[in-house]
Amino acid sequence: MSEPILMKGNEAVAEAAIAAGCRYFFGYPITPQSEVLEHLARRLPEEGGAYIQAESEVSAINMVFGAACAGARVMTASSSPGISLMQEGISYIASAQLPAVLVNIMRGSPGLGGIHPSQADYFQSVKGGGHGDYKLVVLAPSSVQELIDHTVLAFEIAEKYRTPVMVFGDAMMGQMMEPVFLPEAEPAPIDRSWATTGMKNREKPNIIHTLYLPADDLENHCQRLFAKYREIQRQEQLHTAYLTDDADILVVAYGIMSRVARAAVEMAREDGIKAGLFRPITLWPFPDQALFQAASHAQAVITAEISMGQMIEDVRLAIKDKVPVELFNRIGLVPNPDEIYEAIKKKAQEVKVSA
Amino acid sequence: MPKGYQRPSTLVERPWHFCPGCNHGIVHRLVAEVIDEMGLQKETVGVGSVGCGVFSYEYFNFDGIGPSHGRAPAVATGVKRVLPDRLVFTYQGDGDLAAIGTTEMVHCAVRGELISIIFINNTLYGMTGGQMAPTTMMGQVTTTTPRGRGQAQGHPFRVCEMLATAEGAAYVARTAVYSPAQVVRTKKAIRRAFETQMAGLGFSLVEVLSACPTNWGMNPLEALKFVEEEMTPVFPLGELKVPEGVK
Repeated sequence: MSEPILMKGNEAVAEAAIAAGCRYFFGYPITPQSEVLEHLARRLPEEGGAYIQAESEVSAINMVFGAACAGARVMTASSSPGISLMQEGISYIASAQLPAVLVNIMRGSPGLGGIHPSQADYFQSVKGGGHGDYKLVVLAPSSVQELIDHTVLAFEIAEKYRTPVMVFGDAMMGQMMEPVFLPEAEPAPIDRSWATTGMKNREKPNIIHTLYLPADDLENHCQRLFAKYREIQRQEQLHTAYLTDDADILVVAYGIMSRVARAAVEMAREDGIKAGLFRPITLWPFPDQALFQAASHAQAVITAEISMGQMIEDVRLAIKDKVPVELFNRIGLVPNPDEIYEAIKKKAQEVKVSA
Repeated sequence: MPKGYQRPSTLVERPWHFCPGCNHGIVHRLVAEVIDEMGLQKETVGVGSVGCGVFSYEYFNFDGIGPSHGRAPAVATGVKRVLPDRLVFTYQGDGDLAAIGTTEMVHCAVRGELISIIFINNTLYGMTGGQMAPTTMMGQVTTTTPRGRGQAQGHPFRVCEMLATAEGAAYVARTAVYSPAQVVRTKKAIRRAFETQMAGLGFSLVEVLSACPTNWGMNPLEALKFVEEEMTPVFPLGELKVPEGVK
């Protein structure tokens, strides 16, 4: 393997896309994501690809739609308010069954919010966001290396199932630098005989659309989509469990928050508190059965989020209210491990499992 | 020896869903004829719209895409950047293009995107039942301007005149199909737009003034007369911009 290189998260996403064989990018500047755009504006022409700085995120996502129709491996990236503007397009991409990768370097919100790290777009992306019955695969890396690995994985899942996949970053991961390895092989090309490339040697036209006026047709279309989503739920769930087997206090956290939570769990263990960490990597499909298992010994569950509490609803559903689930949260910053450790200690005293 | 007047091979044999006297069918046919004559059936990707043109992909016998409302120029941009040697065009009405899709249309022209837009202007939203469009004329009654369009509802939007100011726009023309002579001119304009694109000269747009007898409350002949007498003074016909290469 080659030597590690030091890269900023946003640049790592951009280089990962190129390494994954993506040659088309359509985006719009927004802090804290703009380096993805700037990097690809320089790199894609060098790689024989095309890049457009669109007039809005609405246009950018529809250029992604068009490029995917034409059979390209294509990506866009934005940050929370820009991702809001893309929701219409995401619904169409999902319904048209097009592969596309979307990166959300989340920032403070609602409204203009701020440019701080955030995890407040969980509901928007994991639960829908756009109109109608569709699902968006959401990957939650926790390091710059994982931003790279998950960007490549996102292309693989997007193409395997012909569906949009989102990679969640945040303002801290987008801006921080870490040593990383770039992937050496791109995902194998898929069959794209469905693409609207011009008929060429085909006798029949390919048509890509999302309109199903007869009620039966619409029902069948939704059933087909959801058969695919059930397969994704069976095949693609990812998580890590750290010291969960005997954990009295289980912390659930994803993304950058899971790294802080892991340090807090280690502090608690040093103090004799049996704490553990469950980290969902796919937010949809949510690894609910794995979480149920990981919580089997727990007296209490704490979800740690940089939001007012969004994933906590999926955590409660997964553990079926067996034990109390409480929220530890901060807004506008990534907390120190001490803060989560204090929350663990307090909870351990309450449920009388402290050392 | 084939008879003189044949169905273009790029037009699927199926009945139109359009109302009697609607001009969409004529314009669909002209697009198909031009693509046939240019030999581009297998090299074309058509991008439809939302409105009465929503089923264009069911009539054309080449690859087609149904985008969301107003976004066709952005979708066409994505297709064209991936497949730069294909003919890529959008087919959009005045609600789709001149209202919700204004941004996508303008910036496509500003970028000089190598696509063509076929723009049907019938002064209102046909599919949703005849509401005011940005192209509705002063005093014109629609279901959302029951007392006629007045100052409070703004003024008719002249798309060609605005886009002609964009350096990236190479071919811009407004035509009509209310008479055989105008039909011939429209076909020539569509051909010039496609030639502009394939020669890499820049963005192209053909606006076709079109009759909507159903929502205008007229019979088809009255509607054609309305286009000629009422619409052309507000939306003057002609080629606003023609690049050297296609003259």
